[in-house]
Amino acid sequence: MMKAIVNVSLKAGVLDSQGKAVQHALSSLHFHDVTDVRVGKQIILKLNTTDKEKAKADVTKMCEELLANTVIEDYEIELIS
Amino acid sequence: MKVTILQFPGTNCEYDTQHAFESLGAKTEILWHKAESVPSDTDLLVVAGGFSYGDYLRSGAIAKFSPVMNAVKVYAKNGGKVLGICNGFQVLTEAGLLPGALKRNEHLHFLSKHHNLKVVNNDNIFLEKLASGDVVNVPIAHHDGNYYIDETGLKELYKNNQVLLQYCDKDGNISNPNGSVDSIAGVCNKEKTVFGLMPHPERAMEKLLGSDDGVKLLQGFLSA
Repeated sequence: MMKAIVNVSLKAGVLDSQGKAVQHALSSLHFHDVTDVRVGKQIILKLNTTDKEKAKADVTKMCEELLANTVIEDYEIELIS
Repeated sequence: MKVTILQFPGTNCEYDTQHAFESLGAKTEILWHKAESVPSDTDLLVVAGGFSYGDYLRSGAIAKFSPVMNAVKVYAKNGGKVLGICNGFQVLTEAGLLPGALKRNEHLHFLSKHHNLKVVNNDNIFLEKLASGDVVNVPIAHHDGNYYIDETGLKELYKNNQVLLQYCDKDGNISNPNGSVDSIAGVCNKEKTVFGLMPHPERAMEKLLGSDDGVKLLQGFLSA
């Protein structure tokens, strides 16, 4: 078994309205050191394989085809065996 | 004229769309997403609005893998006319049949109200009944209607006259409700056969309900 943690977030340069709203809220709570907030999503997959190379290739394909919309989003994959 | 209307789990505008096209004299058929082909007598395929698959992951992201979408891609590739309204627009961008993507509205609110739209390009079957600069009033109802395309893509859209409609005020001045790039409310593909817009023309068919400007919009398809 292997675990894949996929983080999907809006690309740099694409306005993150949720991030801005959270930043404003933090500011109103007096956390003035926060200069930027990006809100993304985390997708955790359990994979029935021990082959790291294959897992990486498969999850990349999943991201390209479904998990992220690469027009507006970037993704990062972390594999934990 | 035969209009085929797609229905996914969570679609909720298929019957309004059916009513609208039938009131204009078209024959209609509602097609469940498990279908593996598009009826051969289809003159226009409509991806209706709603919340396909509960908008899980992203609006339209799961619907693009429904069995019927392969048939839709073939139909579109062969020059068949496709119209995506609201969630239908989101599905068509996710499926790669239209450029760009729809993000969460800039101020994060679900917007449900009438809005004015300006015709940008009318050299297509959808808007040929209208003149460039004409203003129509049509309801919007969306949470993810913030159209995004990168700068290169935007230049392409303008170069090929693919920008169909922009949000505006009653005098035609830009008025952007959701943060869309250049206030864009609707686009088409380069071949001008696949059309998508966030506003709901099928909800603007009778003056009694606030506007009948949708008639002018949907009629374009019927004469094609």
